Amino acid sequence: MTDNPTPTDAPQALRVFVVDDHAMFRAGVRAELAGRVDVIGEASTVAEAVSRIGALEPDVVLLDVHMPDGGGRAVLEVVRRTHPQVRFLALSVSDAAEDVIGLIRAGARGYVTKTISSDELAAAIRRVAEGDAVFSPRLAGFVLDAFASRSDAAVADPELDQLTNREREVLRLLARGYAYKEIAKELFISIKTVETHVSNVLRKLQMSNRYELSRWAADRRLV
Amino acid sequence: MTIEPTRKEAVITAPTVPRLYRARDRRMVAGVAAGVADHLGIPASRVRVAFVLLLGFSGLGLLLYAALWAVLPQQARTSGDSTRRDLGQVLPFLLIGGGVLITQALLFNSVGAAATGGWLIALVAVGAGVIWHQSDPERRRQWSETLPQMPWLAAVVDESDRRAFLLRFIGGGVLVATGIIGVVAVYAPSGDIGAVVNGVIFALVGLFGVAVVAGPALWRTFNQLRAEREGRIRETERAEVAAMVHDQVLHTLALIQRNAGDVKVVQRLARGQERSLRNWLYKPTASPTERFAAALEQAAAEVEDTFAITVETVVVGDRDTDERVGALVAAAREAMVNAARHAKVQTVSLYAEAEPEQLSVFVRDRGAGFDPSTVEVTRHGVRGSIIGRMTRHGGRAEIRSEPGTGTEVRLFLPIARVSAAAAPGRQS
Repeated sequence: MTDNPTPTDAPQALRVFVVDDHAMFRAGVRAELAGRVDVIGEASTVAEAVSRIGALEPDVVLLDVHMPDGGGRAVLEVVRRTHPQVRFLALSVSDAAEDVIGLIRAGARGYVTKTISSDELAAAIRRVAEGDAVFSPRLAGFVLDAFASRSDAAVADPELDQLTNREREVLRLLARGYAYKEIAKELFISIKTVETHVSNVLRKLQMSNRYELSRWAADRRLV
Repeated sequence: MTIEPTRKEAVITAPTVPRLYRARDRRMVAGVAAGVADHLGIPASRVRVAFVLLLGFSGLGLLLYAALWAVLPQQARTSGDSTRRDLGQVLPFLLIGGGVLITQALLFNSVGAAATGGWLIALVAVGAGVIWHQSDPERRRQWSETLPQMPWLAAVVDESDRRAFLLRFIGGGVLVATGIIGVVAVYAPSGDIGAVVNGVIFALVGLFGVAVVAGPALWRTFNQLRAEREGRIRETERAEVAAMVHDQVLHTLALIQRNAGDVKVVQRLARGQERSLRNWLYKPTASPTERFAAALEQAAAEVEDTFAITVETVVVGDRDTDERVGALVAAAREAMVNAARHAKVQTVSLYAEAEPEQLSVFVRDRGAGFDPSTVEVTRHGVRGSIIGRMTRHGGRAEIRSEPGTGTEVRLFLPIARVSAAAAPGRQS
């Protein structure tokens, strides 16, 4: 997945597509990302997004979670089938667990909130384009919670349904607001290794059948 | 000139005789007797006895009762709404009625065809009354507004008294059917039972046919009514959202416009409103005095409000609070306050995790930072409120800071195994 790393000091112009039903937000993203990436198009509805992404084949799609007619999830499900090489970064104001987990499990490679700074957003886009995962602190918290080792929970597939100690440590540091570079320094590992751990967590998040992942939101409501 | 109309009004509104209603609060069957008694100003029991005695005249009492029941409006709902009937009180009147009937039968030896006919018609009337009056007139009006073609069907959808409706409907239907069959039997020219039975069978087949024909239409109407009900619920929810937006969001927007020049105030207002909306949309409301996560989130919110910064709060797991957990939250709050005061940054990260053996809290900023070895003496807050507080409660605190790269305060509180086991048990 990371066979073609892009040098961060000389970023090639990534082709980015923005899907959001708020014109003001699309314009804001376009202005913020100007000069850092190449925003090649935008769409405000699910149908428009599906057809234009198919035609333009961007590197990364910035995807809003909440839209009429099924939201970002509907776009993901259709485009992933026809264009698996297009990568998605979910961008939302929502912090609701079912939204975050739902989008990731549908195939998004990352999740950031709309309050993210433009520098961080550009970095996140680059990371997703390179095939790595992007976890906001809150998403890292969700994952730790969902994969919490509970003695009473039966584990069907240990490889997929549990996090390794190292992955757990990386997620904790992400949740504490550490950048990848800081995590690498803290754990005495390379940034590449941190990226590998996060990608592994993303894969487990997408593939695992842990009860908590499907029932997470409902559980959360009951607490 | 001006006096006359007022006088007229006074005459009209003067309470002379109570209007004829069906009583709601002192009813025994349908409140007819009590209503009539109120109107005439005599005890209700006399009216009831009169009705029962009139039974002797070919069931005239029953017929009269059913007629009044159908015609009279129900008394308006009063505050002390006790519509519960005491069925035990009906018994004496049933006995009197039975006595009257037996006496009549003994005196006149046989019951004539006319008398039987009267009885049966009375039966039909009562059945129809039961069906018609199984609900309030107000509600019936509401149904007929939503469904002009079939107001009575709406009752089926109203789940609260659906069972009562079915029972009464079937009971009323049986009464009507019995009455009609009886009338046919009495007045049938041949008078033999076989023809009557055939008639009944034909009637049933006819009813079945009607049901088959009307079924789909009824089902559609049923769904339509349910959709209408859901629509009403949605409308209520929408009203709640509108109230929320009006009370809070519009207010905040007005304040932001007024303070547009002051960036700090605008940020504080926007952040506070965002938090309150988020809580309203997503969060289960746990009490900060009871749960660890809620207490931390509240502390973070207070710091945000006071210092106009953003605290990125992530809490994994949860548990009940006690004195020691409270101390941990207080120390975390102090760490956030320090970060807000001295780090000179807009964002502070707060991460907390509740594990079975320990609670940990991390407060991190990417701000100015300091050299712990030199500044600690002057920073009473760090020594007393954070490190001291944690050690007093059996925990520990680490402070990592470097000038230029920021500060992280790490707080750890070990917890006893017993209380830890109780926490997940409460959650499940």
